Amino acid sequence: MKGVFATVFFTNSLPSSFKATEDEKGRPRGERPAIELQELSFAYGEQTILSRISFTVPKQSFMGIIGPNGSGKTTLLKCLDKTLTPTAGRILLDGKDLAKISLKELARKVGVVPQQWEVNFAFSAWEIVMMGRYPFLTPFARESREDWVKGRAAMEATNTWELANRPITELSGGERQRVMIAQALAQNPKLLLLDEPTSHLDVNHALELCELLRELKQSEGLTILAVFHDLNLAARYCDALVLLKEGQVYASGQPEKVLSTENLEVVFGVHVRIRQEAETGRPSILFLPRTKAEV
Amino acid sequence: MTKISTNPVKRVPFSFFLVLLTLVLVLLCLVALTLGPARVGVAEVLQALTGRLPLLDRIFFGEIDLLNQKILFGLRLPRIILAVLVGAALAVAGVIFQGLFRNPMADPYVLGASSGAAFGATMAAVSGSNLLVFGLGARPLFAFAGALLTTTLVYRLARSGRRYSLTTLLLAGIAVSAFMSALTTLLLFFRQEELGRVLFWTMGGFSYTRWVEVKVILPYLVFGLLLASRFARELNLLLLGEEKAHQLGLEVEKLQRYLLFTASLLVAAAVSVAGTIGFVGLVVPHIMRLLLGPDHRPLLPLSALAGGIFLLVADTLARMLLAPGELPVGILTSFVGGPFFLYLLRKNRQIMH
Repeated sequence: MKGVFATVFFTNSLPSSFKATEDEKGRPRGERPAIELQELSFAYGEQTILSRISFTVPKQSFMGIIGPNGSGKTTLLKCLDKTLTPTAGRILLDGKDLAKISLKELARKVGVVPQQWEVNFAFSAWEIVMMGRYPFLTPFARESREDWVKGRAAMEATNTWELANRPITELSGGERQRVMIAQALAQNPKLLLLDEPTSHLDVNHALELCELLRELKQSEGLTILAVFHDLNLAARYCDALVLLKEGQVYASGQPEKVLSTENLEVVFGVHVRIRQEAETGRPSILFLPRTKAEV
Repeated sequence: MTKISTNPVKRVPFSFFLVLLTLVLVLLCLVALTLGPARVGVAEVLQALTGRLPLLDRIFFGEIDLLNQKILFGLRLPRIILAVLVGAALAVAGVIFQGLFRNPMADPYVLGASSGAAFGATMAAVSGSNLLVFGLGARPLFAFAGALLTTTLVYRLARSGRRYSLTTLLLAGIAVSAFMSALTTLLLFFRQEELGRVLFWTMGGFSYTRWVEVKVILPYLVFGLLLASRFARELNLLLLGEEKAHQLGLEVEKLQRYLLFTASLLVAAAVSVAGTIGFVGLVVPHIMRLLLGPDHRPLLPLSALAGGIFLLVADTLARMLLAPGELPVGILTSFVGGPFFLYLLRKNRQIMH
């Protein structure tokens, strides 16, 4: 009963312009961003982790979140996958309030690739990937042909199909990471969230992974939001960056703009030399030790 | 469209094990029917069994000794069926606990669920109440309450963040189990006239089994097993870690409550008719996992079958080894399970911390 009253009251009190579209800013539906953060805050008790974060992630873009340890990068991702509930502000996914999306519905839209994944049980890579179909299955139902097709396509896209029979416990770090991405792709997501996907990988595998993500963005039309530890990788692969400092957005926009000498000095406390690489057209960063006078 | 004809994973098919284990179980049941102080031959057993079935009774003729009839249908058959049912319940409860805690050493006995159920059942027995709630006996209901209480307690104690430390889990299990056993002893201390009966029941066994016990636990068991298989896929997801399971759309805490409920139901059903029989839920799932891999969809039903086989064999040995005397079957399973537990403990040393 209470719910019915609340709904009626809410609908009546809405301004008429609000009813026309879900989008407050009056943009046509098709151009709604994949993610829109509005004044998002999160605190553990007294301790504020995120403070009034606002930015948007356009559809089919590859966006990176950077910032020093403790700046709130991982907390931000955890708010996006509903592990944590924001203390203030809201998150819109494709125009819809995240708080109103059920976990299962969310899992049909958003795939998450964690930083590290310890699986101690010898599931085969195929079984792992097929678990990505969970949000589409009803209890007791067996996977349908469509599920198999999606699973296989996800494995082929990540180049893991030949690992299908292998136990996940026997795979190398890079292979396991690709299987994790395959599982997320099997969820048929529109959005992929990654938490420092390269931090446990050798440099060759890290590059491979970033190339793969960029390919997936093109081929699957995915929107990608990833936390990066490695600034050079972020600079090279991301379309846009958000730089966090102490739980707030310090800068955001194109990598060339965000990765300025001043920004990096203020946020990370390091001297850097930045140059535009002719080969990639992207900035690359050289970190310089502090002078003796500063230490 | 890409053509996929088969699942790429080549594992020994579920149906093979299903048929194999069912055959073994049926065969062992027949053998167990022939064993005992009174000599009843295989032919006579078959004749007696088929004589009770429609159609088949026309194939086998001949009179069967009335006393033997009574021994077979009044004593041995209910006992055999109960041993199989209790074994299945304990094995499935073990699988659930191991999945829930992502730990191969979790088992109803080790976690204190059995002690909790035993305390509840003793309460019911000592209070002598014959009260029925929705037609269900007091003993299984009290046992269920005890099991649910202990498992929830251990679950809360062992949980830190989204992980369970093996050490905390085992220690919490031991402590809660000891506490519950002390409560049971205290109850018996005040009602010493019940001591002998309850003590023998606590040791675990099927000596007094009649059909009524089978009827008492059957609904619990069927409901528990159905619920368990309902959660097979969710248990798989849980093995990936709670965070990942959440990201795949699983409401983890809700599921964990359902799982504690289901496992407690199974343990309570088993304990209320057969006392505490340890380690069935540890040994059977472990062996089945080695054979089948970690997927709970085949693991749950096949562990139920294997649990039934395991406890049937143990109980048959228990009544044959010291014939005409009888060992409590709980002692036998602990002789197998205790060392097995230590072996697992040694094997899992590295994840202790």
